[in-house]
Amino acid sequence: MKLYCLSGHPTLPCNVLKFKSTTIMLDCGLDMTSTLNFLPLPLVQSPRLSNLPGWSLKDGNAFLDKELKECSGHVFVDSVPEFCLPETELIDLSTVDVILISNYHCMMALPYITEHTGFTGTVYATEPTVQIGRLLMEELVNFIERVPKAQSASLWKNKDIQRLLPSPLKDAVEVSTWRRCYTMQEVNSALSKIQLVGYSQKIELFGAVQVTPLSSGYALGSSNWIIQSHYEKVSYVSGSSLLTTHPQPMDQASLKNSDVLVLTGLTQIPTANPDGMVGEFCSNLALTVRNGGNVLVPCYPSGVIYDLLECLYQYIDSAGLSNIPFYFISPVANSSLEFSQIFAEWLCHNKQTKVYLPEPPFPHAELIQTNKLKHYPSLHGDFSSDFRQPCVVFTGHPSLRFGDVVHFMELWGKSSLNTVIFTEPDFSYLEALAPYQPLAMKCIYCPIDTRLNFIQVSKLLKEVQPLHVVCPEQYTQPPPAQSHRMDLMIDCQPPAMSYRRAEVLALPFKRRYEKIEIMPELADSLVPMEIKPGISLATVSAVLHTKDNKHVLQPPPRPAQPAGGKKRKRGSDDIPDCKVLKPLLSGSIPVEQFVQALEKHGFSDIKVEDTAKGHIVLLQEAETLIQIEEDSTHIICDNDEMLRVRLRDLVLKFLQKF
Amino acid sequence: MDPECSQLLPALCAVLADPRQPVADDTCLEKLLDWFKTIADAGSSLLLLQENPCLVTLLCPVLKPQDLSPRVLAFLLRLAGILAAQEDCFQHLQQGDLLPRLFGEAGPLGGAAWTAPTVRSGWIQGLCSLTQHPSALCFLAHSGAVDTIFSLQGDSSLFVASAAGQLLVHILGLSMQAPAEGHPSLQPAHWPACAQKIVGHIEESLRATATPQVTQALNVLTTMFSHCHDPWTQVLWVHLSPLVACLLEKDPVPAAHSLVDLLLSVARSPVLSSSSCGLWDTLAQTLSRLRASQAGPLALGILKLQECPKALRAQAFAVLLQPLTCVLEATTQAPGLPGSVGGTADAPLTAGMLLPSKAACVGLLCQTLAHLELLQPLPQRPSPWPWAPLLSAAVTILRLCNGSATPTSDTGTHLCAFLAGCVRVQRAALDFLGTLSQGTGPQELVTQVFAILLEYLTSPDSSPTVLKKAFQATLQWLQSSPKPSGGGDLEPHAQLFLRELLPVLPKRLCSPCWDVRDSGLEFLTQTVRRWGGQAGFRHALLASEVPELTEQLLRDPESYVRASAVAAMGQLSSRGLHIIPASPGHPGAQQKSLLEELLHILSTDSEGFPRRAVMQVFTQWLRDSHADVAADTEHFVARVLRVASQDLDWEVRAQGLELALVFLEQTLGQPSSSCPYAMTPPAAAPPSLVAQALQPFCRVQLFDFAFRALFDCDRPVAQKSCDLLLFLRAKTASYSDQQGSSSGPDVASLEAALQRWQAGDQGQPLGDLEPEAVVAVLRSLDLEGLRGALAESSDHAEQSPLSLLQDMLATAGILGENEADCY
Repeated sequence: MKLYCLSGHPTLPCNVLKFKSTTIMLDCGLDMTSTLNFLPLPLVQSPRLSNLPGWSLKDGNAFLDKELKECSGHVFVDSVPEFCLPETELIDLSTVDVILISNYHCMMALPYITEHTGFTGTVYATEPTVQIGRLLMEELVNFIERVPKAQSASLWKNKDIQRLLPSPLKDAVEVSTWRRCYTMQEVNSALSKIQLVGYSQKIELFGAVQVTPLSSGYALGSSNWIIQSHYEKVSYVSGSSLLTTHPQPMDQASLKNSDVLVLTGLTQIPTANPDGMVGEFCSNLALTVRNGGNVLVPCYPSGVIYDLLECLYQYIDSAGLSNIPFYFISPVANSSLEFSQIFAEWLCHNKQTKVYLPEPPFPHAELIQTNKLKHYPSLHGDFSSDFRQPCVVFTGHPSLRFGDVVHFMELWGKSSLNTVIFTEPDFSYLEALAPYQPLAMKCIYCPIDTRLNFIQVSKLLKEVQPLHVVCPEQYTQPPPAQSHRMDLMIDCQPPAMSYRRAEVLALPFKRRYEKIEIMPELADSLVPMEIKPGISLATVSAVLHTKDNKHVLQPPPRPAQPAGGKKRKRGSDDIPDCKVLKPLLSGSIPVEQFVQALEKHGFSDIKVEDTAKGHIVLLQEAETLIQIEEDSTHIICDNDEMLRVRLRDLVLKFLQKF
Repeated sequence: MDPECSQLLPALCAVLADPRQPVADDTCLEKLLDWFKTIADAGSSLLLLQENPCLVTLLCPVLKPQDLSPRVLAFLLRLAGILAAQEDCFQHLQQGDLLPRLFGEAGPLGGAAWTAPTVRSGWIQGLCSLTQHPSALCFLAHSGAVDTIFSLQGDSSLFVASAAGQLLVHILGLSMQAPAEGHPSLQPAHWPACAQKIVGHIEESLRATATPQVTQALNVLTTMFSHCHDPWTQVLWVHLSPLVACLLEKDPVPAAHSLVDLLLSVARSPVLSSSSCGLWDTLAQTLSRLRASQAGPLALGILKLQECPKALRAQAFAVLLQPLTCVLEATTQAPGLPGSVGGTADAPLTAGMLLPSKAACVGLLCQTLAHLELLQPLPQRPSPWPWAPLLSAAVTILRLCNGSATPTSDTGTHLCAFLAGCVRVQRAALDFLGTLSQGTGPQELVTQVFAILLEYLTSPDSSPTVLKKAFQATLQWLQSSPKPSGGGDLEPHAQLFLRELLPVLPKRLCSPCWDVRDSGLEFLTQTVRRWGGQAGFRHALLASEVPELTEQLLRDPESYVRASAVAAMGQLSSRGLHIIPASPGHPGAQQKSLLEELLHILSTDSEGFPRRAVMQVFTQWLRDSHADVAADTEHFVARVLRVASQDLDWEVRAQGLELALVFLEQTLGQPSSSCPYAMTPPAAAPPSLVAQALQPFCRVQLFDFAFRALFDCDRPVAQKSCDLLLFLRAKTASYSDQQGSSSGPDVASLEAALQRWQAGDQGQPLGDLEPEAVVAVLRSLDLEGLRGALAESSDHAEQSPLSLLQDMLATAGILGENEADCY
């Protein structure tokens, strides 16, 4: 059993598991932090961005000044943003049989895999995952395609040139494999390969293994996966949460008794408590708006935004913010808000019960009804006529490199009354802000990451008790900035196995058993014999038939010999030769009684020696040795076959035969 | 006993003895016992029995205990005990062979009823009551009851087990008193048989291998040394101490908590605290033998002792400080830093104690911090008190909790992992840090204190309860920071801190957690009260958004927050800090609107807390002659009293009387005593002035309010009104003396109205009153009598034995639902 690790990002995993005869890809996350090296794509022509000076080498050589621009001491690539794909060279991706998706954030690289690698398998995911995943992809494609950029920079990627660039460009990894965003057509094609599944549904893969999605509590439709055969169980835990937010709670019990537990997608901000961060978010929002400033919240169109809107729903009246408009701008805003209300069976119990009242499960419906929350596909059109300040705007993309957020950063960045509040933990807020410097607006960083923290992981592992834990290397040591925080790492026994990008791990357990079915008529013919209380044995002669990874013992075409046959494995269908076999022996020889029996049969001058493995009975007169060991007995005598047979028969008297 | 009660008693006894009429309520039986106890204490029990033969008849059914409910059976056992406490009555009951059959083998003991813990408890309490005289001791010796008590020490019911221990102590004490002419024998072998038996049992238990038995013996001894300080106890200790010392040899020490209790009770006993008993050695040995978590309470107990050898105190203090020493060493570069808490000798040992598990580590640290917090204010605390290292330890713990400490050893790394984010330790450490503000520390450490407090106040991860503690600790540190020599009210350091804190406060006032907003407001109120006059602070506060946000919180959805906001606004306004740029045409319009807003809250808020807070602010404003109030005090008082009198919350009405009293004092002049209710005769004012002075009270309808309050259904309001009127009557004494007239149409109608009010009909107002009529009515009212009646507890009428008997008879046979377990 092997694990091929194609992504180095612990929360955007992409691993391939080879288990029995199957090749299973676990998630295909897309690392978008690469876009932070690019200049933002403004929706409206930005004089500031277009007038940035080109970057030149220290010696004044300016051949890169078309590709690289400088802003407040940082250098950015002036090109269509590109993404860092999972490793494609480590394993032939056309051999992947299935892809299991755990949540909508972890499927963003799907079109790259399904459309460009020769992949012919099936993708499994829950319905909300697919629908919201589609929204995220659609938004991404829309953000990038609606501001076409003629220029595509590639000179800087040359290894010799990259070496000369300043950080962080110099240190960017695998730049040659970075790719531009996929198209809507590729998205549709990729999504058409998905087969929908429900929680706890058992899916057979080629008869070899069974995969089951379990609720993971992190997002709508998010799942952990169990991959099991009859005797082995691998759990794949990715992006799980134990907090009470909107999704169905995490199913922990089903993860018990795993041989291997692959653990990814823990919180990216282990030191921040989501409750405290929500409080911080609300307070800062209220303070800004009260002073007449606007609040910008760069966010994804689904996920934490539902919880934030719910908090604000409860908070705005108490904070006297009832008159402040909330705007949600995204090409998929409407679909996202509406989808959230229809996936009732995927929601937490509280929200599910609301549906029967009947009430919309999320209170943002009421915010929309009362006109407190308005949503628009883009800032063009209706929004520009409705727009009223001070206000709160939720919009994407959290990287601040594309989407409507770029416009608001340009618009509001100059005033210290305004505030940008970062709630998504995926991007470093300082790096995200770099191309907007100098910036007057206030920046508040309150990342809300509801995924498991290390305390919860340690409780989970105690509860679930897997034999082995496998996780990204980042989780096996404290974060570099807080090397003394031993509490910020996975602590389990035996220590977790760690992996990094482009590494192949041999998982530490061997398969020892295989389930074989026996046909009823064959089972009828068996005559078990009790050899110990509770243990019966029978010999069986049969044909082993293997098809679709299922093994069946069938009766042999000819009637079996009454003495029984010997179990044999054969790949071909030819008729087994059932020759008469010696009976099988069992039991042990009690030395003292054996010696007495020898004496009774006229042997004298018998000597017994103890050896490391058993005993040697010496018949000195007959110059014969009988070696008695745990699993063998040898009679050594010189050419006296008669004697040997006599002795053999004596030995056999002490053993059971069948 | 009253004749009425005597008449009812036979019927009640019949009810109690009748198994078909279960008694509904245990508390009735408890009250009944209390009553019998009072009668028995006041007179002869024998007489009581003779006059009420029904009581003896009542006790007889006990002989067939299966017919009685356990609670009645327990009651009867206890009643018999109370009656037999007097020797003559005891003899009387003995003659009837009643006692052996109640408390001996023939009684409930061993029967089916014995399985009820109530019955076992009643049996013990009955014996405890009757064991008051030598005859009782003989009875106990012959009935074999002592052995039963021994076995009850291990009873499954904790109440029974504990009562059994106490009874043993009681019996031992009584049997030792009997021959107590002169000194008791130095040899327990010469003690009375009963005492010998008990001591023998204790010895045996102390030698036992089973911990529960040892615990029982230790608990009995603890009770005895705590309550009995006769000289023989010293002999007993000398006799038993070797056995106690033997316990220390075992590993682990059995029943450590009970052992600590015993040693401390011995150490506190006035007859025993001499060095001759070897007690100090035992204590020292115990300190070194126990685990850190067990030794902590012992160390604290030793340090609280008035007299104790220096070396032992030093050892105890070192033990107490061990965990903090360990924390400091785990986080500093060089071990044994100057001023390290209590030395370093035992630190590795404690590190072992701290580290095995998170729960142990957290528990030990919280315990240590709480102990030190208790010890610090005591006069007998160790001197010199190590302010600086303690401060340093508290700061370090807080840093470990928020992950900002950099550990220098493995121990430190482990501590960091255990304590990161631990709310319990954070609370304990902040409490302790607050207490430490009373001392002095080096400036560098004080800087660290303010820095860590600011970190906690700023951090979004501080939980609401931690934040509250952080605010409290901050306030304590600000209040204790020394005043600078060159004028000003805050030393520059604290001033700087406040300036840094003020930008944080608005965020807290906007928090979605109501308790965070609440503690923020409380902190604001306190700081403004203390430094509202200080220029630097005023400037920073006015520059911040705090005043505006506070006003906003007057409309908070949470009533506690509204109440705190009212208090804060009142304080801000008193200090002239509630100045929001008013429109040029209406100077002071904002100030006025606050008064209106508070009045609005007082008349409309659905919750009591904000209304109470408004009344407190108004009273304070009146006391301080707040500008808005002083502009038209009468109008202000009249409006407030009108609203307050209608309030359903008695505290609001009581606070209204407080406000009325302040108004009275300001108008009539305060008596020289500082206590507003002191009834020292004030210097009588000239009559004409008084008449004039009473006019405003009539105008603001103060009398209407006060008289209405006098008959208020809530006693505190009526009491307060009574005090107020008494004060007023004393003030107007000379006036009424001169006028002399207590009749007239006004007076008559007023009296009639008051009578109607007293009868409960408060519908009609009094209308306009003349001062003369008021004074006359004040004289005619029996205010002193009323005050006396109000001073009685509210249920004094319902508590009489007669009413108890009537109630019990009335409810007999009806099963109630309130089954309180009162054994």
